[in-house]
Amino acid sequence: MKKLLVSAAVAATLFGATAAQAADYVIDTKGAHAFVNFKIKHLGYSWLHGRFNTFDGEFSYDAKNPNASTIMVNIDTKSIDSNHAERDKHLRGGDFLNVDKFPNASFKSTSIKFDEDGDEANVTGEFTLHGVTKTITFEIDKIGEGKDPWGGYRVGFEGETSLKLADYGIDYNLGPASTHVDIGLYIEGIRK
Amino acid sequence: MFKNTQSSYGLVAIFLHWLMALMVLGLFGLGLYMVELTYYDSWYKGSMDLHKSVGITLASLLIFRFAWRVLGTQPGSVASSSALVNKIAHSAHLVIYVLLIGIVISGYLISTADGRSIDVFALFSIPAIEFSVENQADIAGKVHYWAACSLIGLVVLHALGALKHHFIDKDKTLIRMIKPQKDD
Repeated sequence: MKKLLVSAAVAATLFGATAAQAADYVIDTKGAHAFVNFKIKHLGYSWLHGRFNTFDGEFSYDAKNPNASTIMVNIDTKSIDSNHAERDKHLRGGDFLNVDKFPNASFKSTSIKFDEDGDEANVTGEFTLHGVTKTITFEIDKIGEGKDPWGGYRVGFEGETSLKLADYGIDYNLGPASTHVDIGLYIEGIRK
Repeated sequence: MFKNTQSSYGLVAIFLHWLMALMVLGLFGLGLYMVELTYYDSWYKGSMDLHKSVGITLASLLIFRFAWRVLGTQPGSVASSSALVNKIAHSAHLVIYVLLIGIVISGYLISTADGRSIDVFALFSIPAIEFSVENQADIAGKVHYWAACSLIGLVVLHALGALKHHFIDKDKTLIRMIKPQKDD
């Protein structure tokens, strides 16, 4: 009986702690403290950088229980910006993103596992691009966390992963050095 | 000889007509072809540069042609068709001009959407205007494509009309666009 009470108390404490501290964050796209960048090799001689200007997302994160974290991000594929209107037009077209048919790309986590220090994690989840959904895993780093000067509370992460374009049905020939694109996610969340 | 008269086109109008006809057909074919080229085709860049250069040349010829038309005489129709057919032909000519203007402007707006200028045969460049709208390249691209397709449709109609005049009506409509006529 005593044992049972103790377990109940422990459970209640744990549950209570989680419930009290689990924090939901909205990705600060409004203040543009978040970026979805990409880079791909040009001919194998240099890097071409670009980004998606319009996206939104949310995550939940609690430093005390980091492995319960979740994240989802929605990207408006039309908003691709490589600083060249003619190239962006081409990228939005049927050869690449086909944005009329696939206006969104998205990522939704299924598991997030932090290391012991709590500042690095492996994120696994479903990534959808060009109408193809694949399970991907990539590493993220926690950048920092704390109060902002305006009464809010923020935490930021970064992560990068390499995607094979052909896996997502994008098979335009950009040359042997340019089969993969690196996607970088740099986010700051504001606690709701 | 060079200028139009009441019944005949002059050499300038004739030359402009055929030169621009050639350029329009060439640009249409080149435009359809160049967008199918892929990254590792050696003419991937060159084809687009040529299309822009010829396009800008066509735009300047278009301006000259309008000036020539407004400032000079315009020969009347060869009176072998009904008033209705003449009216349709005139409207078609007008729409051809409007489409040409639209194609030239939309083409310019694709290439200058982000403030880049257009190089003309690597000789000089046409700057972008300060004003731009969201998704300008995509919108202008659709206008450019559909206006060009419509133009070619009208060009076919226009050519069929000319052939009808020549072979069925057996009048001078086509001949006078090839060779200046002596005033009757």
